[in-house]
Amino acid sequence: MKKQVISDRRKFILNMARGVGLAAVGGLVWSAYVDEVTASTLLLRPPGAIKEDDFLSTCIKCGLCVEACPFDTLLLAKPGDNKPLGTPYFIPRDVPCYMCTDIPCVPVCPTGALDAASVTTDGKLDINIADMGVAVVDSKNCIAFWGIQCDACYRACPLLGTAITIEYSKNERTGKHAFMKPIVDSDVCTGCGLCERACVTEKASIFVLPRETALGRAGDYYIKGWDKEDEKRLENATSKTTTTEISKDSAVDSLNDSEDLY
Amino acid sequence: MKTLWNSYRYLVLRRVTQIGLLFLYFGANAWGWKILQGNLSSSLVFGLVPLSDPYAVLQMLFAGGVLAMNLLIGAGIITAFYLVLGGRIFCSWVCPVNMITDAANYLRRKIGVDTLPSRQSVSRKMRYWVLALSLIISFMMGVTAFEFISPIAMVHRGIIFGLGFGWAAILIIFLFDLFVLKNGWCGHVCPLGGFYSLLGNFSLIRVHHTEENCTLCMKCKVVCPEHQVLHMVGKQSLPVLSGECTNCARCIEVCDDDALGFSIRKLAQNKKLGEENENNN
Repeated sequence: MKKQVISDRRKFILNMARGVGLAAVGGLVWSAYVDEVTASTLLLRPPGAIKEDDFLSTCIKCGLCVEACPFDTLLLAKPGDNKPLGTPYFIPRDVPCYMCTDIPCVPVCPTGALDAASVTTDGKLDINIADMGVAVVDSKNCIAFWGIQCDACYRACPLLGTAITIEYSKNERTGKHAFMKPIVDSDVCTGCGLCERACVTEKASIFVLPRETALGRAGDYYIKGWDKEDEKRLENATSKTTTTEISKDSAVDSLNDSEDLY
Repeated sequence: MKTLWNSYRYLVLRRVTQIGLLFLYFGANAWGWKILQGNLSSSLVFGLVPLSDPYAVLQMLFAGGVLAMNLLIGAGIITAFYLVLGGRIFCSWVCPVNMITDAANYLRRKIGVDTLPSRQSVSRKMRYWVLALSLIISFMMGVTAFEFISPIAMVHRGIIFGLGFGWAAILIIFLFDLFVLKNGWCGHVCPLGGFYSLLGNFSLIRVHHTEENCTLCMKCKVVCPEHQVLHMVGKQSLPVLSGECTNCARCIEVCDDDALGFSIRKLAQNKKLGEENENNN
């Protein structure tokens, strides 16, 4: 093989090209990985956690909240947990949040990823306005909906009678008993998960989901006309006009032409 | 004078510091000690003084995170500390990964991996590219890019809060350093080491070489994890001015001829001399 002489200029350009290429490969793999590991949405954060996107850029993964938690509720995501690495979360079925009134996990946060202001009313820490998630009832597997008396979740709720209420209705099957159905008020529920922990079914039939996942959104098109307060929701409403192309074919054709049906 | 203590004093001190810090962190989580809480990303000393990893804070800045006051104070303290004492003192005196890579390096020498011809030379400048890349990715993805893959944090958090699959990170680094690339992780890839290298360019505590005592045995270059910083050995009496020196002091210990020792940098004159020499090198 003939040995080729490479000029300094060519060498420089080749080296630059190699550097850029390596950086691009590394950067893409790295970005893809980071995107993958931060994609988990079914994650319950400590009280006072800011919005998940901001949380991921703000949490420094120091674990001070985990250490502050007296019940060992909070965990730091380990490699293999398939959760954003090093960030705090909790699994209520194992250990729920016991809603300490002094919320030790929040003020200790050095970055503000756990925002004390969001769990403060009138200058005092107030765990009752925390928003870790919202409890959801699976009415097909909740035995109270079958007609068997159980109020485990209702009794376990730290906001007893407000976050979970019992709705009575007649049991037509027996004709003489009542259903006592647990109903969650998502405006009050903090997502502490004591109900999920208390649930007697094999796999919990009441469980906490992140608010973003569990709740819908009515949007700007519907309004409670009877509620003056609800008007405020629409103060910043915007509208979007959409158009649909109308088919130019004759209507008769559409009836006769049955190809689309099969 | 060559005694066992003299040959290993800094190594022992380093291990005591590394393991001692880990123990304090571990105790904070396991038994509620208030001496040193948190981890290397961010800590609280005596429940009062905040400390934060300045590189993590830099990534947060690029990721668009809101920087809290405590965080900035903590990062400031750490930056000032390493700026004065020597940037990569972190690497050899604090970082738990140092123990893994030192073990790999030791084994490499013992079983003779070093005697095999290496196929490719990899630039030690790579860490600065990784550092730049981490900031770019942080900016584009809105998350702290390195913190999500950092084996340092995985190992460190693993020891304090539970390891999970973190042992895989340990094994990967160990095998990488043992078989793939000598001083691979700490000396070529790690952007945190790169960050502290940049800080270390300005720091005061330096290893100083006395050429008159040197017998050219080159033991120092064999043990040094960043042997390029010892370019003056046997040539010129100079302090090691490169920020890439980790101040691990292994070179001082293995030197039988008193040709290496710690000194405080004399700012103006040494800087000029050293820079000239580095440019020539």
